[in-house]
Amino acid sequence: MKLLYFAWLKTKTGCAEEEVALPESVTTVAELVAWLKERSPGHAAALQDEKAIRIAVNQSYAKPGDRVGDGDEVALFPPVTGG
Amino acid sequence: MAIRVQREDFDLGAELKALTDGRHDIGGLASFVGLVRDMAPVEGERQEISAMTLEHYPGMTEKMLEEIEAEAHDRWPLEATLIVHRYGRMEPGEQIVLVAAASAHRDAAFEACRFLIDWLKTKAPFWKLEDLKHGEAKWVEARDSDDAAAARWSRKPDDAAE
Repeated sequence: MKLLYFAWLKTKTGCAEEEVALPESVTTVAELVAWLKERSPGHAAALQDEKAIRIAVNQSYAKPGDRVGDGDEVALFPPVTGG
Repeated sequence: MAIRVQREDFDLGAELKALTDGRHDIGGLASFVGLVRDMAPVEGERQEISAMTLEHYPGMTEKMLEEIEAEAHDRWPLEATLIVHRYGRMEPGEQIVLVAAASAHRDAAFEACRFLIDWLKTKAPFWKLEDLKHGEAKWVEARDSDDAAAARWSRKPDDAAE
């Protein structure tokens, strides 16, 4: 799976992009976030407040119960502030 | 219908003229331009901004802008629309975004223009990083008022604020 981080999630995790191999136990967006928190103290800090995070799977907004798999591109970012 | 995501500035007059050039079916054109301000509320205080950097998610940005534009065409009888959004570093006074909607009559043009910017602000994956005058850089926080503005156009309970 390809993971992308934007804005302060990129700063806190310390990476803009990473490739991960999912364990079999991770099948949804919510499970992915819980699993990512264990990756590093930076990931834990970035993902601590889940209400402050938006997630896109294959460039469409996703909900906690949506399914994810190894071939997906998943982006994690704060609420958007363009315009 | 057209959307563009670009680093460089745009010529407002030329963009609007090109949108309606040779089109005799268009009776009204409404546009909105977003600009960089030199003051912004940061953690409850008004602070001076020296520059702003817009980050975005290439790929998803274009996809969302196309979806927002298509939704506007679905809701109003529009003859032409345009969304131009910049990314990268900008200074106060610079243009950030242009949305425009053209229709046979003004009501559809005005409403669609407002819809385009309201939905863009809560859906298109852009993030503003403000450089404060005294040296610090701060990510801009999303505002509830933007969610409320988008919610006015909502047809489903959860489609306004992503």
